[in-house]
Amino acid sequence: MKGKAAAVEIKNFKEFVAFILSELKPKGKLLTPFNVISAPIMLLGAVLMVIHLTGFAEVTHLSQEFPWGIWIGFNVMVGVAFAGGAYVLTFVVYVLRSEKYHPIIRATVLNGFLAYVFYAGALALDVGRPWNMVNVLVGNSFGVGSILFLVAWHFLLYMVAEFIEISPAFAEWLGWKRVRKFLCTLTLGAVIFGITLSTLHQSGLGALFMMAKGKIHPLWYSEYVPILFLVSSIFAGISLVIFEGSISHRVFKDKLSYEYRTSYKDMMVGLGKICAGAMFVYFFLKLVLLIHGGHWSLLNTPMGYWYLIEVVGLVAIPCFLFLQGARYKNLTLIRVATVLAMLGIVINRLNYSVIAYKWWIPFSQRYVPSLGEIVIALTFVFINIWAFRWIAMRMPIFEAPPAWAVEEDEREEEDFAFEPKLGVTMADGGKKMVERER
Amino acid sequence: MGIGRRVFLKGLGAGIAGVTSGSILTPDKLGATESAGSKEIAGSEEFMGVLIDTTRCVGCRSCEVACAEAHNFPVPDIEDESVFETPRQPTESQWTVVNRFETEKGEVFVKKQCMHCNQPACAAACLVNAMRKTKEGPVVWGENCMGCRYCMFSCPFDIPKFEYGKWNPKIQKCNLCWERLKKGEKPACVEACPEEALTFGSRRNMIEEANRRIYGSPGEYVSHIYGEHEVGGTGYLYISPVPFEQIGFPTDLGTTAYPEYTTGFLFSVPFVLILWPALLSGISYATKWKEEKRKEGGTR
Repeated sequence: MKGKAAAVEIKNFKEFVAFILSELKPKGKLLTPFNVISAPIMLLGAVLMVIHLTGFAEVTHLSQEFPWGIWIGFNVMVGVAFAGGAYVLTFVVYVLRSEKYHPIIRATVLNGFLAYVFYAGALALDVGRPWNMVNVLVGNSFGVGSILFLVAWHFLLYMVAEFIEISPAFAEWLGWKRVRKFLCTLTLGAVIFGITLSTLHQSGLGALFMMAKGKIHPLWYSEYVPILFLVSSIFAGISLVIFEGSISHRVFKDKLSYEYRTSYKDMMVGLGKICAGAMFVYFFLKLVLLIHGGHWSLLNTPMGYWYLIEVVGLVAIPCFLFLQGARYKNLTLIRVATVLAMLGIVINRLNYSVIAYKWWIPFSQRYVPSLGEIVIALTFVFINIWAFRWIAMRMPIFEAPPAWAVEEDEREEEDFAFEPKLGVTMADGGKKMVERER
Repeated sequence: MGIGRRVFLKGLGAGIAGVTSGSILTPDKLGATESAGSKEIAGSEEFMGVLIDTTRCVGCRSCEVACAEAHNFPVPDIEDESVFETPRQPTESQWTVVNRFETEKGEVFVKKQCMHCNQPACAAACLVNAMRKTKEGPVVWGENCMGCRYCMFSCPFDIPKFEYGKWNPKIQKCNLCWERLKKGEKPACVEACPEEALTFGSRRNMIEEANRRIYGSPGEYVSHIYGEHEVGGTGYLYISPVPFEQIGFPTDLGTTAYPEYTTGFLFSVPFVLILWPALLSGISYATKWKEEKRKEGGTR
């Protein structure tokens, strides 16, 4: 099935502006339950942000003892882990060339891109002197030995890579045929660059905690935190893809392409399998570290019980559920496992930055997020969802690309397939020789 | 010609180091050093430090007053004895505090402030070099800070403090009177101490002096200089009549400099940056060939 028959033809700047303005208008119902809940929270969040930035009143419950709160621990740490789906799926689709997951690749990359944009936004709100963030990029005072320097650069470069990956959808929306052709040639490069960056900054987020030795409970602290963060980002990201798919499947019902609808269940089952595999590796690593660390005795303490809830209840059990769900192709089981796994990631990342950090401090003096902090944290999540919805309603994210784009891709593929048969150039002749030898 | 080539290769090496994100720097190179008229500070070929002899401190808090006056902070009321009831931490408007501890040898007063580590975690954490270890020894903070508070998260002594609730918050912590050092003066607290509990000088000389006192008066001190090896060595050094855990010091920090905990990861970065794209391109090439085959087979 091919998508929209005719692409919008934009001839001049005036038409471009008119097109953008017409697209800015809301599509679909305004008074949905989600809008009714999220809009007031976002409004309140915006007001609180202004109060926070002007220093008019203290919005957060951060203290000298607990310098990092939920904007870092939840929005940045958890948000980036959840955005990991993009690098895993681009690897599967563009590097391994598994066509099976092609229908969900755009939604996943878009989600990853938006997550980075808005959670970098949360970071900008969290830092006390945001105007100095530019010092990471320009100037002559680079903290090149800082893990955070590495993470910051990788965040930025990865955003660019993800934008390049998703940009053909923008070009299709605007009807820019030649631009799209050019952007499509960049995809594979951006994907390879993006996976490399993701490997480094997903683990880099874990490496941030290396210098907090002694401040993070020994059940969580180890030299292998970077590897744990990397492995957990695989199933965190894929869990979010399943979660998002379960919702999009309903919300964007009339937008879904034929391929998406027919292969939806297969894809979810396959993703469940990936999750089960990654979670098994992760659980195994956790077990090895527990044995190596010799922290058995700590298990029988309050923090030990908390650790067991995380590692057994929210890693081992969902791992098993994913396995069963994939085996019996049971979507309900996979969805239950997804929610548990996502909860496990939220708790894990918060443990490092907030809960298991300075665990000896009594609860009364501990950091507990203020209502304002929670509202702002939710605001970032809702902005992300609104932006996602806005784009998905207008651009070919779930639906098939416009007919002209599909035709172009097919033409490219044909050219490509015929190329060796023409056998005119030396290179092609060489190829033929090699093939004959095989 | 030979020299020219060597210079060229050096430049090339530096260029490559820079391109691969520069993360291959070893911890002792971390933190840009800034010299400001180092000739004026005697003995500053090596890090300067302060030796605190807790047996001499009487808890007069003159150092707190001198510190506040030197850095334009509200001057604390030293008549108020109630501050000794619970151990205090330095705050964003008070860079140094004196605490009282009840020990097996009676009351011991301990001054607390930034330790000025040889290889500070805070400076290694800083992504814009706002927090940096100067060549002369003080760990100082600069205005180009973005307020991410990673230094606070990393400091093993929990020293850096943040001015929450301001529109342009600063990180506040002892700077070893860097501005006075540049003028050839001693830190304000050292100068103010009436009991000579604080001694300022090169770190090496301070360790020698500490050892001289420990060996010279057996039984008066425990045989340990806190800060000689802790977290790779610190600028502030302490000697004490009682074991250090009795006077509020963390004694489980180890002797590894904190930035070294991240070097393993940083070393791996250039390798991943080079190997991953090559590996991924290779896989992509292999799968492409396979796909071509499949498609060709399909059309026939």
